[in-house]
Amino acid sequence: MVQYSPARLDASFAALSDPTRRGVLEQLGRADASITDLAERFRMTLTGMKKHVGVLEQAGLVTTKKIGRVRTCQLGPRRLEEEAAWLERYRRRWNERFDELEKVVEELTRKEKSDERKNRK
Amino acid sequence: MNAKIESKPGLVKNRTTVERTSDRDVVVTRTINGPARIVFEAFTKAELLERWWVPKSMGMKLLSCEVDARVGGKYRLVFDAVPEPAAFFGTYVEVKPYSRLAWTNDEGGEGGSVTTVTFEEKGGKTLVVLRESYPSKEALDAAGTGAAEAMVETFDQLDELLVALGESSEQ
Repeated sequence: MVQYSPARLDASFAALSDPTRRGVLEQLGRADASITDLAERFRMTLTGMKKHVGVLEQAGLVTTKKIGRVRTCQLGPRRLEEEAAWLERYRRRWNERFDELEKVVEELTRKEKSDERKNRK
Repeated sequence: MNAKIESKPGLVKNRTTVERTSDRDVVVTRTINGPARIVFEAFTKAELLERWWVPKSMGMKLLSCEVDARVGGKYRLVFDAVPEPAAFFGTYVEVKPYSRLAWTNDEGGEGGSVTTVTFEEKGGKTLVVLRESYPSKEALDAAGTGAAEAMVETFDQLDELLVALGESSEQ
């Protein structure tokens, strides 16, 4: 099951405590963007935006990828965590079901074997 | 899209694995102690299916279970859900004793998922591979367990908390 570690959670809280960084996340929720795009949109210097993105990246809320000379930002692995949680719920349901199936199958297999023994006598 | 989750191996306990093999498919695998013939019967005989399909932990009780495991035959399971009983039903599209079984899941109307199960016996044990194929990624994400919704709710609550904390730290 997905859990936030205290350190991760602290980093997330810190990252989200700034209105610009929350704005950046909202923006990236709509579309990926380069650091230059984001700096222009939030009217700040490239260096300033790089710092904000760095904080979001540390918290796992944003990932960046350099293509040529442009660094593109997108929402981070939280989406993957949602998927992992989904899979885990799915797995548990089937695991419980198959545990029950196995009990039924083992019981029937035992019964068949003991019937065979009886028949041989 | 290849995230794979396995249960922890126990001493004798078989593992259930789940893998999303594409945007629209989930594959569950599990080895069952017993011959394929008996595992197949446990899938296709109502009096056996109703003993395992709804584990107690699911919090629902099975009210009725009808199974006609022939190609074109129907199944219908009714649960005592709240606020009213919920029926799950569909048609068998493949029935190959004791190796392969496929059925449609029609309770959601058109475009439901198709479940295909294969049974492979090896040394007295049976490898069960169950594939659920959905018509779209959205349909799979929203499927059955309600997990997707539950997660969204959890994240919404976290977001609300974070925003509230953010606002108070600005003051």
